[in-house]
Amino acid sequence: MIELEDIWRTYQLGDTTLHALAGIDETIQDGEHVAIMGPSGSGKSTLLNIIGLLDRPTRGTYRLDGRAVGGLDDDALAAIRRRGIGYVFQSYHLIERLDARGNVELPLILDGVAPRERRGRVEAALEAVGLAERADHRPSELSGGQRQRVAIARATILNPRVILADEPTGNLDSSSGEQVLALLEGFRARGLTLILVTHDPAVARRAERVIILRDGRVVRRMPGRELQDLERALAGE
Amino acid sequence: MRTLDLLRLSALSLLRQPRRSVLSLIGLAIGVAAVIILTAVGRGARTYVEQQFEVLGTHTLAILPGHSETTGGLPGFGGVPHDLTLEDARAVGRQIPGVLRLAPVVVANEECSAGGRSRRVVVVGTTAEYGAVRALRVRTGRFLSPGSWDESRPEVVLGKTLATELFPEGGALGQLVRVGGWRLRVIGVLARQGTTFGFDLDQVAFIPVRTAMTMFNKTSLFRVVLQSRAGSDMHLAEQRVRRLMIERHGEEDVTVATPEAIVDTLGGILDALTLALAGIAAISLLVAGIGIMNVMLVSVSERTAEIGLLKAIGANHRQVLALFLAEAAILSLAGGLLGLGVGLGLVKLLVTLAPTFPAAPPSWAILSALLLSLSTGVAFGWLPARRAVGLDPIAALAKEVL
Ligand SMILES: Nc1ncnc2c1ncn2[C@@H]1O[C@H](COP(=O)(O)OP(=O)(O)OP(=O)(O)O)[C@@H](O)[C@H]1O
Ligand SMILES: [Mg+2]
Repeated sequence: MIELEDIWRTYQLGDTTLHALAGIDETIQDGEHVAIMGPSGSGKSTLLNIIGLLDRPTRGTYRLDGRAVGGLDDDALAAIRRRGIGYVFQSYHLIERLDARGNVELPLILDGVAPRERRGRVEAALEAVGLAERADHRPSELSGGQRQRVAIARATILNPRVILADEPTGNLDSSSGEQVLALLEGFRARGLTLILVTHDPAVARRAERVIILRDGRVVRRMPGRELQDLERALAGE
Repeated sequence: MRTLDLLRLSALSLLRQPRRSVLSLIGLAIGVAAVIILTAVGRGARTYVEQQFEVLGTHTLAILPGHSETTGGLPGFGGVPHDLTLEDARAVGRQIPGVLRLAPVVVANEECSAGGRSRRVVVVGTTAEYGAVRALRVRTGRFLSPGSWDESRPEVVLGKTLATELFPEGGALGQLVRVGGWRLRVIGVLARQGTTFGFDLDQVAFIPVRTAMTMFNKTSLFRVVLQSRAGSDMHLAEQRVRRLMIERHGEEDVTVATPEAIVDTLGGILDALTLALAGIAAISLLVAGIGIMNVMLVSVSERTAEIGLLKAIGANHRQVLALFLAEAAILSLAGGLLGLGVGLGLVKLLVTLAPTFPAAPPSWAILSALLLSLSTGVAFGWLPARRAVGLDPIAALAKEVL
């Protein structure tokens, strides 16, 4: 369970103070599917990065599974990122000199898993995203959708409890985007928490819950299926 | 993370820019090669000097007439150098404690001939003790007969080359040889002795000292060589000999030299020189380290996004640090090994070209050159690695390219 309590993230830019997040209170249950929306610069990525322990709030308390993470040291945070959280980025962030297999293997290597055990797990993870045949392709030899599927295999290989995806379909055409979403939702169906940031209402609509940010604040929460009504309402304004 | 994985990942990222990696380690390779070559030559020089002096025997000391020029003055007034006489030599043998054996030496160039063949060679007049002091090995017959120094005996011992030149058919032993007009019988032929200080002992004829002094018409000895008992204090012996000679001659008109002292002095100078040169070469290693640091810094800034990713998927600070330090270590070790190979190759070439020069790098130099290059790499890799650790993962991930 993710509990955010009055989370602020403040940047000091010379004389001006910029609140990327200005008091976020939010609880996300295990297994939930949440979409975060909002205009550019509203703080979506910042929020995701704080949830993903890549960034620390300037103020506020973040509890992960009941434990306040504010006091944890780098080692502990890294361990949670490695085993507890899977990250998926808009621009895939695959390492070009490693093939698909090598990229998916990285979290296992960082976790000290024995080479013998790694092999099977990597094959299984690539199989799960439908890329078993492309295991020895470099990222540049794969399509955008395939790259994102490799990234998903990498994000999920250590069986995390949470998947964080920052505009995972942002660079993809609709059919590859659909494949990627289906994959992520498939993991969520097996009990993982799925939190994704998106600009695309069609993507957000599939979420259980949509959180809309503006200027670092939550301005609206609603079930995904109601988003259509909101859009219509906004369009009608 | 397992060490093998760490090394594999680091090696893979070095192979990403193979040419740049190789260029960065050339500096280190040159530095290591320089250390190897310079210490090999220095060590070789020292060994060479030691080998040359070894022939003079251990615990030996030489008395040379030769402070005379320093006394100056007009001939006929006080400054006339005293002869170094057989009597002086005997006195040294009698009065200096710890003398094991000593031999007087006179030297001249004389014509040696036998059976119509003739050679102009160095003729050394000395006594039986000389063979023992210089550890001369005899091939056939024996060295000069023991017995009174004052006895003039018609005998000669030939160096190996001289013997074969005068008697190409062999059988020199027992033959008569004409030396400086005197007919002497060959009582021994030396085994091969080789060259010392450019002086070929195989081209020498040895005759009794009294015979020689008469033959050369000399009253002064060329020198007296003496050997002390093992374990005796050569410095003390030297002082005693000098004091005795001053007492006998009324002034300091001889030089007392010990080969060991010369070797020590020369060796010390050579060691210092070697160390200084190796030190300079080692400093070039540090310069090479800066090259490695540069490459690593470029690598870190090029791989910003990758570092961000590694952190996002759970690499901790230690792992990021280890990845980059391992890269620096691999680079510098590769550079060190390359330099070692080149250095040893060049030393080998040198030895092939100059076989008498015993150039060989001391093992401490090999070890410390490798260790130094490794630690240079790691030390200069530290800053880039720290920079990688300190990268903000979010800013790093904001970079699109991996
Ligand atoms: N390192 C930083 N220094 C200063 N300001 C920053 C920094 N990172 C983010 N911000 C600011 O914080 C605010 C929120 O940024 P964030 O990246 O979370 O927006 P976003 O909602 O993800 O936008 P987008 O849809 O464009 O990705 C923005 O105004 C941004 O300029
Ligand atoms: Mg964003």
